Amino acid sequence: MEDRKSIMDRIAETSKVATTGVDEKDIEHWVTIYIMGKAYKVPAALTIMQAMEYAGYRFIRSCGCRAGFCGACATVYRKEGDYKLHAVLACQTRVEDGMYLVQIPFAPAEKATYDINSERCDISTVLKYYPELARCVSCNTCTKACPQDLQVMDYIQAALRGDLATAANESFDCVQCGLCAIRCPAEIVHYHVSQLIRRLYGKYQLPEEQNLKKRIEEIESGKYEEEFKKVMSLSREELEKLYVEQQKTREVY
Amino acid sequence: MAELKLIGGYPEYMRESIKLVEKTRPKRVGKLPPQMTMEEREEILNLCHPDYAPGGKRPISIGPNKGDIAPNEVVDLLEAYPLIEPDEIDLNHVDYDVDILIIGGGLAGTSAALLANDSGIPVNRILLATKLRHGDSNSIMAQGGTQAADRPEDSPVIHYIDTMGGGHFANKPDVVKALVEDAPKVIKWLCDLGAMFDRDKNGNFVELSGGGASRKRMHACRDYTGMEELRVLRDEFRNRGIPVLEYYPAIELLTDGDNRVTGAILVNLETDEYKIVRAKAVILATGGFGRLHIRGFPTTNHYGATADGLVLAYRAGAKLRDTDTVQYHPTGAVYPQQIVGLLLTEKLRTAGAQPVNKYGEAFVFPLEPRDVEAAAIIRECYIRDNGIVTPTGLRGVWLDTPLIEIVQGKGYIEKSFPAMVRMFKRFGIDITKDPVLVFPTLHYQNGGVETDPWGRTNVEGLWVAGEVSGGVHGKNRLMGNSTLDCMVFGRRAGMSAAEYVKSYKGDGRLTLDHVKRYIKMLQDAGIKPDRRSPILLPDYRGKRVLARMIDIF
Ligand SMILES: Cc1cc2nc3c(=O)[nH]c(=O)nc-3n(C[C@H](O)[C@H](O)[C@H](O)COP(=O)(O)OP(=O)(O)OC[C@H]3O[C@@H](n4cnc5c(N)ncnc54)[C@H](O)[C@@H]3O)c2cc1C
Ligand code: FES
Repeated sequence: MEDRKSIMDRIAETSKVATTGVDEKDIEHWVTIYIMGKAYKVPAALTIMQAMEYAGYRFIRSCGCRAGFCGACATVYRKEGDYKLHAVLACQTRVEDGMYLVQIPFAPAEKATYDINSERCDISTVLKYYPELARCVSCNTCTKACPQDLQVMDYIQAALRGDLATAANESFDCVQCGLCAIRCPAEIVHYHVSQLIRRLYGKYQLPEEQNLKKRIEEIESGKYEEEFKKVMSLSREELEKLYVEQQKTREVY
Repeated sequence: MAELKLIGGYPEYMRESIKLVEKTRPKRVGKLPPQMTMEEREEILNLCHPDYAPGGKRPISIGPNKGDIAPNEVVDLLEAYPLIEPDEIDLNHVDYDVDILIIGGGLAGTSAALLANDSGIPVNRILLATKLRHGDSNSIMAQGGTQAADRPEDSPVIHYIDTMGGGHFANKPDVVKALVEDAPKVIKWLCDLGAMFDRDKNGNFVELSGGGASRKRMHACRDYTGMEELRVLRDEFRNRGIPVLEYYPAIELLTDGDNRVTGAILVNLETDEYKIVRAKAVILATGGFGRLHIRGFPTTNHYGATADGLVLAYRAGAKLRDTDTVQYHPTGAVYPQQIVGLLLTEKLRTAGAQPVNKYGEAFVFPLEPRDVEAAAIIRECYIRDNGIVTPTGLRGVWLDTPLIEIVQGKGYIEKSFPAMVRMFKRFGIDITKDPVLVFPTLHYQNGGVETDPWGRTNVEGLWVAGEVSGGVHGKNRLMGNSTLDCMVFGRRAGMSAAEYVKSYKGDGRLTLDHVKRYIKMLQDAGIKPDRRSPILLPDYRGKRVLARMIDIF
């Protein structure tokens, strides 16, 4: 049996692609990408983000979570000989030969400010803060620009029909990268609009959760103080026994 | 050689193994391997957990925790010289003079700012400075959920016991009590601000279990829980007009020369200009250290998770605790190469996915505490040799995701795991049809700066909240307790700092005396000046480019 330290060393050695960057000598397949027009030969197995790093870029902007959750790495590209402009997240897209790309590190966009506690939960509130919403011409450019593949135009239209529930749920997976807003000919800022809609919906249309309400009252009335006192005065051994017993009563699915 | 031919995202040889997984799947439904006893847990941790394997750590040789054990990568940063020369910094010109400075823009920092404001500190007396954009953080990536004991079958005391047991009883009891008691309040706070937690037909929360949690108490927003929590809090923060500086990391704290923190030095990442902030109270909420790649592991963490807060606090005299343990999440991606290390949420296992080996055999109860589950996967791959080897030489086991829909019904995965579906679809894999390959990945900083239940440290004027803190999770954190921790102690730190500010007695003197003393300690210990910290960002540039780089500006 291999000893424990050498197992750890082996894991570290094979993980290098993700920890110290790739080593040229291990690479068999290459592609050429054009970062703002300049050609770079990069390993074919990398994401756009990793490939830019391989090429020598050290990010300050355009790199946040590195996993598709923060929207910092919005990127647009065209392929040689293709008219279509693609919009993607650099951390979640593999490089392809002949990509001409540029990152969009910042989206200039006005965010309305409001007091969520004193707004009405209907479309009039949304239009009050974002009147340009009414300018939507249903061109669907926003949907095509969305790297999350959300039905952006549909949720905007649902909102305009007054259906905030649909708009809230359909926009839910938005990472707020800003690509929709940059492409929109009506200059709508979809991701700020949908943020307002989701907060209105979450606050006013989802019912108050009863268990939660009850539990807070119980805690505030001091219901658990006695029990806490008891448990917190146990020795480590006694507490461990209690823990083992509790784990046996576990709810799984 | 041509690139490997892929079928549904996988090469032929992996397809062979997937067939075995499919074959055993019907037999595995509803049949789980037994949970381990405490003795078995101990045994497997010793055998296979990276924390327990020899090497990788050493004692800290200077400062308040001299003699304590920590990972080499962390000790390297503590035993390093500052980025600045203390005598070259002009402290006479103060750029921002505020009541409360918050450093870090994740859930902890954002919560602290909101509660400071609620507690009577005007918005223009608060400043939040963060390294990347407000929200580029570990918080935004939290997928699985947030724990709160609110169902009738559950109680804060049960939550307390689960948390203590998961942490190997090393947790600080009074801090854990605050965590579990505030939990329902935090969920209510988020709902009142408009957060959309998953609900059932009757409007009740859908709650799931988690590794080491004996009751179902995970509150989720699909698999975008942290994103929803953070964007709601950030929207509220923006509505109130609280000032924020993005791409302005703190590189050193300032003290009054008398062990009281009185501000910080920030630096503009784009122009390198420094700014001096004077503050009556400083709340440090800089998150964790995944990007240090402890023991050479890939990580789930965001780009800025580089332990800066630990370094800054330690130089100012703050005490750390539980620095000897690190959390490896059992299920990080190992294939395809583009996403190595990224997280596959534990919620997949709470919904029914099972880890299985290359023969399609289940080998571990799917919901052990994380350290135990991770060790079992390492054993399967490296000791029993039952793992699948990827084209780049990594090993992993299958996480049988299609099983989820057998347990929960068709359509469940799309509905509950849109982020996971999307991530794999982008690389040609359909997780509703095929399993995914996983191996432990560096996930969480269990220990950190020691606090009391109000986020106070042993240094006056300095609060910490969130992943940078230590004590609440002991030696191992449970799923869903961390987003909770950030909000509970972010809020508490905000309230407590606000109180402190109201009866502030300091004179606001700004010095770097603590840094000078620290440099002296480093020199006395014979530490050479070739390492500097905080490091702020990791460096993944290609080796060839680095070797041929010249410094021209
Ligand atoms: C992929 C993933 C999934 C997770 N899933 C869950 C889950 O399901 N449930 C759960 O409870 N927990 C989960 N966690 C853990 C949890 O999300 C984090 O521990 C927690 O959100 C940390 O919050 P924080 O505010 O302390 O730090 P962060 O959210 O990391 O925020 C820290 C902020 O400080 C900034 N910063 C860093 N250094 C400096 C500096 N020098 N100056 C200024 N700013 C600085 C960072 O850039 C960042 O914005 C997960 C973590 C990850 C990575
Ligand atoms: S870096 Fe966060 S989405 Fe790509």
